[in-house]
Amino acid sequence: MNRAILACLSLTLLANDAYQAKLAKDQQITHALNRLTFGARPGDVEAVKKLGLKKWIDRQLHPETIAENPKLTEKLAELKTISLSAPEMAAAYPPPQVIKAMAEGKIPMPTEGAEREQLAALVTIYKRRNQGSDEKLTPAQRKSLLLSPPPGQTVAAELVEAKVYRATYSERQLQEVLADFWFNHFNVYLDKGADRYLTTSYERDAIRPFVLGKFRDLLRATATHPAMLFYLDNWQSTTAAKGRAKGLNENYARELMELHTLGVDGGYTQQDVIEVARCFTGWTIRAPSGRGGRAGIYGGEFFFNPRLHDTGEKTVLGVKIPAGGGQQDGERVLEILAHHPSTSRYLARKLALRFVADEPPAALVERLAAKFRATDGDLGQVMATLFESKEFWSQGAYQSKMKSPLELVVSAVRAAGAEVERPLALANLLKGMGQPLYRKQEPTGYSNNGEDWTNSASLLARLNFATALEANKVPGLRAASLPSALNLRAPEFQKR
Amino acid sequence: MERRAFFKSSGLALFGAGAVPGWLARAAQGPKARRRVLVTIFQRGAMDGLSAVVPYGDPAYRVLRPTLALDRTLDLDGFLGLHPALAPLKPLWDAKQLAIVEAAGSPDPTRSHFDAQDYMESGTPGLKATRDGWLNRTLERTAQPSPVRAVAVGSDLPRMLRGPQPAVALSSVSDFRLRDAMAAPELEASFAKSSMANLSRETFEAMRILKALPASNTTVAYPATRLGRSLQEIARLIKADVGLELAFADMGGWDTHINQAQRLTQLLGEFGGALAAFWQDLGDRLEDVAVVTMSEFGRTARENGTRGTDHGHANLMFAFGGGIQGGRVHGTWPGLAKEQLYEGRDLAVTTDFRTVLSQLVTGHLGQSAPVFPGFAPQPFSLLRA
Repeated sequence: MNRAILACLSLTLLANDAYQAKLAKDQQITHALNRLTFGARPGDVEAVKKLGLKKWIDRQLHPETIAENPKLTEKLAELKTISLSAPEMAAAYPPPQVIKAMAEGKIPMPTEGAEREQLAALVTIYKRRNQGSDEKLTPAQRKSLLLSPPPGQTVAAELVEAKVYRATYSERQLQEVLADFWFNHFNVYLDKGADRYLTTSYERDAIRPFVLGKFRDLLRATATHPAMLFYLDNWQSTTAAKGRAKGLNENYARELMELHTLGVDGGYTQQDVIEVARCFTGWTIRAPSGRGGRAGIYGGEFFFNPRLHDTGEKTVLGVKIPAGGGQQDGERVLEILAHHPSTSRYLARKLALRFVADEPPAALVERLAAKFRATDGDLGQVMATLFESKEFWSQGAYQSKMKSPLELVVSAVRAAGAEVERPLALANLLKGMGQPLYRKQEPTGYSNNGEDWTNSASLLARLNFATALEANKVPGLRAASLPSALNLRAPEFQKR
Repeated sequence: MERRAFFKSSGLALFGAGAVPGWLARAAQGPKARRRVLVTIFQRGAMDGLSAVVPYGDPAYRVLRPTLALDRTLDLDGFLGLHPALAPLKPLWDAKQLAIVEAAGSPDPTRSHFDAQDYMESGTPGLKATRDGWLNRTLERTAQPSPVRAVAVGSDLPRMLRGPQPAVALSSVSDFRLRDAMAAPELEASFAKSSMANLSRETFEAMRILKALPASNTTVAYPATRLGRSLQEIARLIKADVGLELAFADMGGWDTHINQAQRLTQLLGEFGGALAAFWQDLGDRLEDVAVVTMSEFGRTARENGTRGTDHGHANLMFAFGGGIQGGRVHGTWPGLAKEQLYEGRDLAVTTDFRTVLSQLVTGHLGQSAPVFPGFAPQPFSLLRA
């Protein structure tokens, strides 16, 4: 026993030493590219050197100062759904059963409106796929039909495609890494009912704008987004049953504290879960006008329904919330949680886990948490502090993290200078490796701990992917000959 | 961790194989020396145990579940009834192979999925610092263990199986191979010098064993679900006598906060169908096998406002296999009356999950090492004397 404690102590000391040991100049650039991007492309090291490491990081922290890659802009322009609002999307890309009904003449096609053309195209694809067709297809048409997602899945497919494109091609790499981190932190599940239609806007409008902004804005944007209200069931949670109101659902209240803010050891009780759930009763989804019923929520928007709200007094984490606050109850809870010291520590540790090491040094976590508190939760300043820390630039952090499947695959594509021709094929690979994009069913999101991706199945999948890429045989990818110094099957390449 | 080196190697002693690697010796001795296997199935998300095995005999059940209460169940003992979607498990019950442990769970009060799963996998409720999982601690340190003695089916290795002893994650036996087989020696050598040396050695050793496996050997039609496929792989490994001792599979989606009736019917159908196919596939090999299921906690006794259930406390565990006293409900029913409920809302735990698992580890696997540190199991009669 004593020996075990000694061994533990000496390991800790060793680890602490490693977080003191500095990186060589070349290592610094490699490290920065490993952590602030989805992996270095050929020429990136030289480009960072030329610009200066400090300046390069500063620009990554201010993505609006970086010109976007025209190739990305061009590829994203082909994805028609990613810029639509949720109501527009629900109108133009209805669920499969609606397309089927239109194809069978059971629901009339709209005779006017912007979505008419789009709907006609979906109905045609449906007919070609499901009813055979008397039209003669050219080989090119047939191929494009086979490769296009089934109607009804277009929205989800394009969201996935956009993510693969952005991770691979964006010049604003840190923004992409952070969008991945924060979406995962506030995870929703794309395959849960209405979230098929709401997730596009969720990531675009509730996550992306805030990844380098204030945490409380990010938190509120997720709390009021229909994708989250639907995913964690709050849209149906109501005060005690009366009329259409059915009663409380604790799901969102619990995960809000456990996963989004305080952390599981952040000091809340079961009674706090109930009180927070009471505060959020009435935070629900309104179907767009003229689209009632179940299909309505596909394009729905947040609204506060006072009739579903529990108007009584509540006590959350010792704070009294007086009766009759209406929507303000929930707003008050978000303020309390965003400014709670547990939240600063929980988020600081999670960021350090993603960006520094699987067991981040406590001193670094405390410094990041202090910066969070001192800046009213300014995530840009917290990130800047992290990238200035000696722990980040230490041997202890260097190549210490096993890449997640997403990081591994995208970093290989980038290192090889390969072109993504069919991003869904890559997404399919990620599914096989245990990381289907936007499809983590549990609210925990995917693990940021490298150790969780370290196992035999994963090792073989990685090596097999590398072999295929080296032979230019990965479906959906076009790889020219690889840079001669690049070895995708090397142990070092599995880490970042 | 080092303490494990001091435990005597009862696995080898059991088979009188001396210094010969256990799995090799057993393979050489033929079917009589078959290995005991423990198969653990985790239902992630917290199954609503009160719907899976319905306490229709408890007067509070209908009061607590005004819209969810089931009118018809498959009666088990005049008090409990199986959900109709679990009909595939009824033959196991009737054959006195399937046992149910009611009101089982963890003494820790957490209602966090993540923490509760973590505690059930580490086997140390309330203690987060435990590094290894209880299944890994079950693996005795033998001189040359089979590289596939512990297998989890899926793309990751569960917490339960992580630890100092080698354990393999595989999506399927047929996928567990290198596309570029010629490169294997070179890759093995390069990884042997890396920080991933242990992982790589375990992977390459397991690959050599699995490569030699004959093609799939079942005539049973498994359901085309993830759990179905996982159990099919496990059955394949058991029947191939490759030295499997521990197997793990999981199934997600049980977190039914809303309109749960339909969803649960589907989930329980998948679950029961996969288990029944596995049971049928194993045939007389079931004598060597014990299957146990678990879920991180139960769900609220009272249905919530959205025809679902929130996070609760006690749940139930299923167990079947050769040595299990089946056709019986084990444990004590705590009751659903308000004053009987845990914190006034959830089914109370009357059997610590570690009591159930301890009995399987000692009684079924014949492992004497303490797998649950600091825990003294209650007397329990899950296994036949």
